[in-house]
Amino acid sequence: MDFFLETLVGGLLAGVMYALVAIGFVLIYKASGVFNFAQGSMVLCAALTFVTLRDKGLDFWSAGLVTLVVMVALGVAIERVVLRPLVNQPQITLFMATLGLSFVIEGVAQILMGASVHELDLGVVDVPVEVGPIQISQFDLVAAGVAGALVIGLSIFFSATRIGVSLRAIADDPQAALSIGIRLQTLWRIVWGVAGFVALVAGLLWGARQGVQFSLTFVVLKALPVLLIGGFTSIAGAIVGGLIVGAADSLAEIYIGPLLGGSVSTWFAYVLAVVFLLIRPAGLFGERAIERV
Amino acid sequence: MSSIGSDAASDFIAATPDALWPRVRRALPIAALLAAAFVGAPAVGDDYWFNAILIPFLIMALAGLGLNLLMGYAGQASLGTGAFMATGAYATYNLMLRLPELPLPASLALGGVIAGAVAVVVGLPSLRIKGFYLIATTLAAQFLLEWTFNQYGWFSNYSTSSSISAPRLVFLGYDLSSPVARYLLTLTTATVVTLVAARLVRSQTGRIWTAIRDMDTAAAVIGVPVARGKLTAFFAGGFICGVAGALWAFAYLGTVDARSFDLDRSFQAMFIIIIGGMGSIAGSFIGAAFVVLLPILLSRVAGAAFGGAVDAGQLENLQNVVFGALIIVFLIKEPQGLAALLARLGRRLSSPSRR
Repeated sequence: MDFFLETLVGGLLAGVMYALVAIGFVLIYKASGVFNFAQGSMVLCAALTFVTLRDKGLDFWSAGLVTLVVMVALGVAIERVVLRPLVNQPQITLFMATLGLSFVIEGVAQILMGASVHELDLGVVDVPVEVGPIQISQFDLVAAGVAGALVIGLSIFFSATRIGVSLRAIADDPQAALSIGIRLQTLWRIVWGVAGFVALVAGLLWGARQGVQFSLTFVVLKALPVLLIGGFTSIAGAIVGGLIVGAADSLAEIYIGPLLGGSVSTWFAYVLAVVFLLIRPAGLFGERAIERV
Repeated sequence: MSSIGSDAASDFIAATPDALWPRVRRALPIAALLAAAFVGAPAVGDDYWFNAILIPFLIMALAGLGLNLLMGYAGQASLGTGAFMATGAYATYNLMLRLPELPLPASLALGGVIAGAVAVVVGLPSLRIKGFYLIATTLAAQFLLEWTFNQYGWFSNYSTSSSISAPRLVFLGYDLSSPVARYLLTLTTATVVTLVAARLVRSQTGRIWTAIRDMDTAAAVIGVPVARGKLTAFFAGGFICGVAGALWAFAYLGTVDARSFDLDRSFQAMFIIIIGGMGSIAGSFIGAAFVVLLPILLSRVAGAAFGGAVDAGQLENLQNVVFGALIIVFLIKEPQGLAALLARLGRRLSSPSRR
């Protein structure tokens, strides 16, 4: 039983990390209807930039600040160069554009900063902490705390500030939002900037956990089932989806994997997500689109 | 696209003798191309051309064609191309292994049918799930099938290494293992499949597909059999991708290896149809030519520019940047792809007076 609990808690904490990446998707999807496949490359780009700056001798905070500026600039540039010319195109076209974008970002980042694996030390010691009968990784706890704080911050940003309210208006009805004088493009720029910031946080946490390398981009593939289960339009959904995927993934690895004779982590979350989708085709918290002919 | 409908209409009119000539004239370039491919290329090509350019080009064109039927014509976006190719390859391998009395074309076709059947199962959620959510279900298939072929030894005949060498290709007593023979096998298969596909998209099935793509809710309202249409698209797409996968394993690589059908292969097929042209059969071939030739060209150019001392990793990064940038440029400037660009160019050249 203790072992089960330990697996479950470890999975839930990992799930928070997945949710962290998923939130970057939700932000952009909500505001502009773009499913941003390049989010994973942005995570890699942020982590690589940070590590390179650290290697150059900058201290933690100034490296973080410079990386933040780079990421926000990247987000704004993407909005200007790629997405504005594609406005009003079908969503699938926008998705494919971000797919192309992810190749560009990954390629440029690795040409400029190299493809070797970098260590990233955030100064968090990874010693197990005893909580009651089970042991929990301290790093996972800190990561979950940071992710939780970020989510609460974003939720407040979205519900309480003027910008947040405008963003919700755009998500609801772009035409109506435009007609009452909301500046769509300014807000898109803000959203992409915020997504760059989220990518930075995710890049630092994931990079510290598994080293800064190309495989960081695969967190996108981990975040996708999270979005499918939670729905593309809900931050709360991203959290709940993350927790479900994290828990199910690590439990399946322990209890189902041996039955099938191998690691199931590459596909289990996806199959789970498909099962969820068959029951709720727009995810748990997603908005079901009403189609008019 | 309306051009498909009008093509079909002109075909119908062409049944009268008066209008036969335009139809023949339209078929002439294709006949010339086929003659060049069947007679010209074997006469002048060397092994490098067959192995490194023509065979992979034709096979990726087939894979692009399969995805194009599914995504370009029927509007069902899929990232499962690699999985369907793997299914075709492993199915054909096992058919050749376990039923050696089957002739090669039958094994290939049956392998395609099995891949098509798997694709139908993968496509079942499409009856309820749309858009991005559907892409994810095809991703589920991609990961699950890749894992299955690696995990269970039965598929690879309990070979100790994960890549297994393919059995020799023999048809009617002829050994097809030379580069020219493998090229001709690939070319013949590609020709037959493409001709059938070209007829298919102009048939009622094809029109059902385009109706679903343009708006499936509206199609359902006017009585188009949406469920059947989606599943036939998945079968046709899966079948063609399966045949392409079998050829990739047997005629190109000479080994069956699940790793050569990973997610990158699925992306590659998607790039082929974006660059070549969604909803265009010629586009699949143009896009495949582009995707196969560009890396070769880039490495030549980089080799010449930097005196041959180019890091392979950097070259791959550069390749990715160029591909990614091209995708974005095409989506912005020419969403119909190179096929539309060339068609416009052809029209402009053939009737300069009208401009």
